[in-house]
Amino acid sequence: MNAADLDIFGQMGYETSASMGRANGPLNQGEFHEKTDFCDLWDADSARWQLALLAIDLLVAAPQGLGGILLRARSGPVRDAWEAALVQALRCRRLQASADGDALDGGLDLTATLASGRPVRRDGLLADAAGGALVVPMAERLSPGVAARLAAAADAGGPALILFDEGDGDEGVTAALAGRLAMHVDLGAVRLPMADLLAEHPIGHSGDGRDPAALSCGGEKLDPGLRRDDRGGSLVDDDAAATLTATALALGIEVVTAPLQALRVARAHARVNGRTMLTSADLEAAAALVLGPRATRIPGNDAPPPPDEPPPPPPETDDGDDDREPDHDDLNAQTEILLEAAQTALPPGLLEALAAGQVRRQPTRGSGAGAKLRSQSHGRPAGVRAGTPGRGARLALIDTIKAAAPWQRLRQADPTGRLSIRRDDLRIRRYVARTQTTTVFAVDASGSAAIARLAEAKGAVELLLAQAYVKRSEVALVVFRGEAAEVLLPPTRSLARAKRSLAELAGGGGTPLAAGIDLAGAVAVREAARGRTPLVVVLTDGRANVDAAGRDPQEAALVSARGFAAAGLKSVFIDCGKRPRPEAAAIAHAMAARYVALPRLDARAVVAAVEAMG
Amino acid sequence: MRTPFPFSAIVGQEEMKRALLIAAIEPRIGGVMVFGDRGTGKSTAVRALAALLPPMKVVAGSRYNADPRARDNYPDAQELRHAKAVEAPVPMVDLPLGATEDRVVGSLDLERALATGEKRFEPGLLAKANRGFLYIDEVNLLEDHLVDLLLDVAASGENLVEREGLSVRHPARFILVGSGNPEEGELRPQLLDRFGLSVDVKTPTDLGERVEIVRRCDRFDREPDQFAADYAEAEAATVAALAKARERLPKVGVADAMLELGSRLCQAVGADGLRGELTLLRAARATAALAGKKSVHPHHIAEVATLALRHRLRRNVLDDTGSAVRITRAVDELIPR
Repeated sequence: MNAADLDIFGQMGYETSASMGRANGPLNQGEFHEKTDFCDLWDADSARWQLALLAIDLLVAAPQGLGGILLRARSGPVRDAWEAALVQALRCRRLQASADGDALDGGLDLTATLASGRPVRRDGLLADAAGGALVVPMAERLSPGVAARLAAAADAGGPALILFDEGDGDEGVTAALAGRLAMHVDLGAVRLPMADLLAEHPIGHSGDGRDPAALSCGGEKLDPGLRRDDRGGSLVDDDAAATLTATALALGIEVVTAPLQALRVARAHARVNGRTMLTSADLEAAAALVLGPRATRIPGNDAPPPPDEPPPPPPETDDGDDDREPDHDDLNAQTEILLEAAQTALPPGLLEALAAGQVRRQPTRGSGAGAKLRSQSHGRPAGVRAGTPGRGARLALIDTIKAAAPWQRLRQADPTGRLSIRRDDLRIRRYVARTQTTTVFAVDASGSAAIARLAEAKGAVELLLAQAYVKRSEVALVVFRGEAAEVLLPPTRSLARAKRSLAELAGGGGTPLAAGIDLAGAVAVREAARGRTPLVVVLTDGRANVDAAGRDPQEAALVSARGFAAAGLKSVFIDCGKRPRPEAAAIAHAMAARYVALPRLDARAVVAAVEAMG
Repeated sequence: MRTPFPFSAIVGQEEMKRALLIAAIEPRIGGVMVFGDRGTGKSTAVRALAALLPPMKVVAGSRYNADPRARDNYPDAQELRHAKAVEAPVPMVDLPLGATEDRVVGSLDLERALATGEKRFEPGLLAKANRGFLYIDEVNLLEDHLVDLLLDVAASGENLVEREGLSVRHPARFILVGSGNPEEGELRPQLLDRFGLSVDVKTPTDLGERVEIVRRCDRFDREPDQFAADYAEAEAATVAALAKARERLPKVGVADAMLELGSRLCQAVGADGLRGELTLLRAARATAALAGKKSVHPHHIAEVATLALRHRLRRNVLDDTGSAVRITRAVDELIPR
């Protein structure tokens, strides 16, 4: 699990446009709103900045086993400064955004091969970067294939990977890849002193002997555990595994590899400081770099704890070989210290999310990013066209040779009988992937009729999902009631997930129809951007009576409906009021939706209406 | 090559280990599907098992791991007619998610074709995995047509490539091990059914167990050889048990009463198709062989019932009772302890 997974899918990614800007600003963390004192602000920033620099040191000290660094930050001066420090410390290669599998593993250099008439290979980036680091910008956009290749390289002890995750909201590096990188650092909200950035003097990097903090203030107040230091602290080597594991559990980290990676980071930290045994300082650094960013809950926070309370730590000695378990109190005291260290690196937004009592969901990863490329590289073959291979397009050899054949005499084929192939002859294969649909339900959960309506909507979602096996379609659920709309179920094909989300659904309150249409439209547009075909199904009685912006609710709904139609989205409007009313039909018309009146709503009728559109 | 993590040093996950052992004893079982979270030791276990198996004889230089006893079945038989038989470790091939069909089944050797005009087949991952394991992480995210193709080859034991003017046929027998997280999209039932056994692995929640995992991995990190040496004895025992079980397997008898029991069990839980029944009995037989028995006993069937049937139950969308629970209930009814 990684911090990207923690962003509330519905809240960040799928917010209606009105509130979208807020989530992206650097000051979206509650803690920064309250602090006005600048030096305090630097303190928090400086701690994160130092942590990010520390990560580089550790990577240099122990390139094997740590996998690399996941840096969450938009492109900008802070990230540039960090990258400059990285490049000073490690030999780096950069993966271009357009790179495909060939770029990583190398392959035939086609142009050179054609020119010289013998195979000319070029090295892949992975081989090139061996012993150093491979920097991957826009890592959240990696195609699943490249991400899988990188993950395999990480397992096989390839170059250290530096992933720049610029995603916000539902986008993020695939969990499988992120989980392989031990250290996660978030510089998204960090500001560096403007004077230093302007002066362009190298921002202090502790690894090269300069002043560890070129920041003008705040350096002194750092938590000493996070800085490179000679402070030994107590020796904790024997208990390190137990302490880190307990800390990970307390932070709600399920994956067992996390404490293991933390232990590796701690050992690297010890090595950087010239020690062979672990001390508490090492564990604190590991907690801040590895465990904090992966936290899914905050121990001791007043917010209601998630249901999956970890079992009370019974350091029961099992059949293991050494039984030197620390006694209870000792372990707890150490865990407390580590938890504190981890707090400095909690993923942004976690506090707010917990305070709002929201359930965190993992975004579905997989065929999301880059899905549009499919037509070039995946699916069933669908003919051939002229073009240059590379960038995901693959050479159609026979067709290329066929294209070249007629010209051989004119091109004065050489006496050895070798074919002369020119660029114009090159043909690439085309593929079509089956169009995959995403059905987005927008369900009115308001008022008294909600219970029955919701039950049927839930039934319809489950029935559609049951069929989704065959059709590879996905289902999402947007609910509007009270003041606003929310994405209850992000697009998914998983029955398990759907069931869990549906169980949380409750009804009651007003009908913010405009918000519902807006949000459903946003989800659908996003699905279209993923290369899928969205279909929006609105289930409501069309009686809008709430609008967050204070407009006339019905009027607002019409405006949203027209906006929806302008996006060119396909939709069905199911009027489930007891008596179908003209207002509902008007909204459906404005949406350019197919209007179906179903006064006696039932799940199978809804499915039938949806299938009629397919 | 790095020393692999010892199979017997894997903490917990007994069900997964048993399923893998059964698949190694009885390759006809048709592979194992492992459902579970990341970091539960799925790939570690598969790798460890592959390393555990005794080396096999191959024709030196063969790109298909050709079996010296059947070298005529392989396309490179002609060029390797006089090649010696050598020992090679059992292959364990990873199939990455982004793999193209060409990469999997093999394709025309582009370099040779372009440079010398020679038409030569470049074997794919299926050839590499021949007589070993093919491991696919996150099989539920794999392209549909690739999954179909893999299961097809796994079932027929032969890879037939007809493309770009080539026609090549070569044996491709491998134990397919898939893993996936049901939260990220499910497999179609007709695909699931083709996997012989299915395992649910869970991240251990017990702190003691988790600490033990971290400790062992940490030690393995720092002194892999010493660590492996500590487990050498346990590993050797597993190797011996495996070898014995393989030898014994054809001789393990299955009484009519056991056949009937298997069939009644499948009926009771509503497992579709004959495949489930056959897998159940094969797995029970492998378990009996592993236990050193001469014939299958009811408790062998009980032990493997969940593994063999869990993924074959007709799914009721509106019923949440887990498959494992339903099977356990039926087993308890039919097979008194």
